[in-house]
Amino acid sequence: MNAVYAPAEDDVVARELHGEFIIIPISSGVGDLEDEIFSLNETGKAVWDKLDGKKKLEEVISELTVEFEGSAEEIRNDVTGLVEELLKRKIIVEN
Amino acid sequence: MGKKSSYVVTKNLNQASLWRNTKPLLGRLDIELTERCNNNCIHCCINLAEHDKTARDKELSTKELKNILVEAADLGCMMVRFTGGEPLLRDDFEELYIFTRKLGMKVILFTNGRLITLRLVELFAKMPPGEKIEITVYGMTKGSYDSAVRRQGAYEEAWQGINLLLANNIPFVVKGALLPSNKTELKEFEDFASTVTWMDRGPSYSMFFDLRGRRDSEKRNAQIKALRLSPEEGLSILTRDKKEYMKDKKQFCAKFTRPAGNNLFSCGAGKGSACVDAYGKLQLCMGLRHPDTVFDLRKQSIKTIMTERFADIRKMQAKNPRYMERCAKCFLKGLCEQCPGKSWTEHGTLDTPVQYFCDITHAQAEYLGLLGKGEKAWTVENWQERIRKFVEEV
Ligand code: SF4
Ligand code: SF4
Repeated sequence: MNAVYAPAEDDVVARELHGEFIIIPISSGVGDLEDEIFSLNETGKAVWDKLDGKKKLEEVISELTVEFEGSAEEIRNDVTGLVEELLKRKIIVEN
Repeated sequence: MGKKSSYVVTKNLNQASLWRNTKPLLGRLDIELTERCNNNCIHCCINLAEHDKTARDKELSTKELKNILVEAADLGCMMVRFTGGEPLLRDDFEELYIFTRKLGMKVILFTNGRLITLRLVELFAKMPPGEKIEITVYGMTKGSYDSAVRRQGAYEEAWQGINLLLANNIPFVVKGALLPSNKTELKEFEDFASTVTWMDRGPSYSMFFDLRGRRDSEKRNAQIKALRLSPEEGLSILTRDKKEYMKDKKQFCAKFTRPAGNNLFSCGAGKGSACVDAYGKLQLCMGLRHPDTVFDLRKQSIKTIMTERFADIRKMQAKNPRYMERCAKCFLKGLCEQCPGKSWTEHGTLDTPVQYFCDITHAQAEYLGLLGKGEKAWTVENWQERIRKFVEEV
């Protein structure tokens, strides 16, 4: 939980399109398929905004626990679940 | 927050649902980076000399192009096509390419391939364009290629470029231009095309060549006209794979055949897409350069032009009696290349029927059984019945 994560800046672009937050891979090897893009919902976007290459994951979780309703455990599971998926897809990197 | 099995939703970039039922004002932008070209193809409708200083001085700067790209992305654009002339002639091509990709937009590159270098290929490998590169091949032998493009050494360079893409596994497709010098090499070209793994169908050809888009040379227009295939020759090329041709046309006719009336714009030009010329004029489409229909991006934004100016242009009505008599009543309008852009290049107006395209369309319609021999499409009253029969025929 002391790890620090950041968007893989050279490999993905995050854009908002008509209210939808999407992440577009631009480097080879990121994402699985041609034309694949990723969409984050409002809470996913809130997590994404905090993965700034400075905050430890533990801090991200405690900030979100203040900002969002839900038990601390639930939020912790959501954040780690999302981070795992983003890491697997090489959308974020560990700093 | 709540329980989920997956936190990231994957979507296809071309998925319409991305837009939740709204289409972006601008989904695709074509940019002619330059009208200059290192080839001088005999059939070309646009090229200026590679080192034409007057043209180069007027071209959009890197900064101006970047501003246009940023606005395009803001308007929802997901795809940019770089074309020309030869877009790779611009010294800032790499910079513009990376900039476009980093805005999250895909790139389609139209090129003759001569300036594809190892460095560029390495960039495409690291940061793929997201769309297949499109290369026009002007000949399979040195003699045919160089005589079509009228440049010594072009053949070797173009094939070196193609081989670099192949060797580095960069997706591309090839297209042809049917010219007297390469007509006999069709089979060789198609055999090569069939080995290009990214081609999901046979190559497309330009053969009904456009006249000069700037209406800048009667001499060159005469040369282009002399190279055009006759409607009959064109038909024999189009129908080489008869089954495929019939299938395509049935699908097309089921949707797009009907008289369009006096509205000049029955196509989608300027709706969701637009084209920037090398000097910053925004056009509804690549072919339409009539001065009354283009607007300066150095003075106005894409948004203003598309929402205000283009909307007005798209309401324009034909005034030419010959157009109103023929094209306005013609059920084959969708099948025909007649449009304000063609009218502009051929006649300098927006609404003059172009006989060459009329003849091509009539030849096709006779072949498809939609017209009898010598019958004129605009005189047909029972066109709905004819289309229905044609589409339903097994
Ligand atoms: S390569 Fe393309 S742009 Fe260049 S002269 Fe030939 S047709 Fe024109
Ligand atoms: S086929 Fe002839 S009449 Fe019909 S739209 Fe084309 S040019 Fe006009």
